[in-house]
Amino acid sequence: MDLITPGFGLIFWQTVIFLALVFVLSKYAWKPMLNAVKERESSIEESLAAAEKAKEEMSKLQSDNEKLLDEARLERDKIIKEALATANNIKDEAKTAASKISGKMIEDAKLAINNEKQAALTEMKNQVASLSLEIAERLLRQNLDDQPKQSQLVDQYLNDLNIN
Amino acid sequence: MISLGRIASNKTLIIRTLTIVLLLCSSSLKMFAASGGDGEFNPGEMIMHHVTDAHEWHLLDIGETAVTIPLPIILYSSSKGLEVFMSGKFHHGETSYQGYSMNAAGHVVAEDPNHEFYDLSITKNVAALILGAILMIVLFVSVARPYKKDPSAPPKGLQSWVEPLVLYVKNEIVKPNIGPKYERYLPYMLTLFFFIWLGNLLGLLPGAANLTGNIAVTMVLAAITLVMTLFSSNKHYWAHIFNPPGVPLLLKPIMIPIEILGIFTKPFSLMLRLFVAITAGHIVILSLIGLAFIFHSAWVGVGTSLVVLFINIIELLVATIQAYVFTLFSSMYIGMAVADGHH
Repeated sequence: MDLITPGFGLIFWQTVIFLALVFVLSKYAWKPMLNAVKERESSIEESLAAAEKAKEEMSKLQSDNEKLLDEARLERDKIIKEALATANNIKDEAKTAASKISGKMIEDAKLAINNEKQAALTEMKNQVASLSLEIAERLLRQNLDDQPKQSQLVDQYLNDLNIN
Repeated sequence: MISLGRIASNKTLIIRTLTIVLLLCSSSLKMFAASGGDGEFNPGEMIMHHVTDAHEWHLLDIGETAVTIPLPIILYSSSKGLEVFMSGKFHHGETSYQGYSMNAAGHVVAEDPNHEFYDLSITKNVAALILGAILMIVLFVSVARPYKKDPSAPPKGLQSWVEPLVLYVKNEIVKPNIGPKYERYLPYMLTLFFFIWLGNLLGLLPGAANLTGNIAVTMVLAAITLVMTLFSSNKHYWAHIFNPPGVPLLLKPIMIPIEILGIFTKPFSLMLRLFVAITAGHIVILSLIGLAFIFHSAWVGVGTSLVVLFINIIELLVATIQAYVFTLFSSMYIGMAVADGHH
């Protein structure tokens, strides 16, 4: 019977001592132990997270670099393209301008030649006219004297004309 | 050279251990021989004497003299107040002292049958309880000290023995069964686990008290779990008891009393399980040892010693399993009381 009848004294001491044990151990053993373990766990977790973050930043940086490089490449291509286009433009413009100028010069030259020609023709006409008039005048004067002499004169004047 | 030295030290260790075991065995043999020497050997009496509480700590017998440590008797009564004296005053029940005597079962009784008193004596189990508590405080406080100094330092020495156990109780027993509010209950559960475990192990030592196999001890532990369950219970817990979900209306008059009974049967099972497991183990070992004295044969003793060795190893396992189970079920009962209801 003793085996299954709990003794009052043992119940009392077990309650008192066990509760005291819970109190003492939780204050002086479990609390520092669990806090330290928790702290350690969180520090491990933090360092892992930091490592992960650093890795991510690394890869981000790398992709950024890649992107920058790509952009630079594109920019370069664009600049080259533009430069080529500009150069072509300038060349074309220069060509057209040169051809325009030369055309104008030719035109001017033609005009000047024409002018000179006209002027020369007019001059010639005038001189021929005045010479003809002079000849006609002398002929008319000689005509009055004698025939051979008139033809002689015409010849003489014609000779004179040759000096031109 | 180093390996040779190691082998040599291993050998001396083995020899020392064997010597200690033999010494312990011979002392317990003497003890049984003595109880046999008194007259007829009574195995039932011998076993009960070992597994129940007593007012003196009977270590061993040398020849006809018993080596016992007398323990203090503390009595409280409203008429006589607090009375403290050593159990030696009774001379093993032969004499009475201050109106008290010790009966055949080893209980303190008043000679005046009308005198009512409370027996708060430091019995063998209480002494074992105090020693165990001191051992636990010394062990765990000294283990906790380095954590205070440098919380981030890796564990070493005793720390690396205690820390995995603490983490095991925390992560495998308490946390999954109580849920997110487990941290409040962790100090109790850790104390419970180590108290039961170390109590079981200490109880296996020769000459030790059967502390965790005493029903008063398991009753108090189960009662603390019950009180903690009731004090942390939320409305879902009570709704589950007074309005069991998924139960037809006609069955409710049956289910509700069963659920109410369940509040008490759970800690009752805790109390019985630990008590029975530990006491039964002690009884089995003592019965097997007793066989040698029943048959008066040393050869039976050799045979049973081998079996006892095996049972002792099983008892080491049982000591751990019972500590685990008690903590596990305590966590589960509290977990049920604090659960959020939607499951």
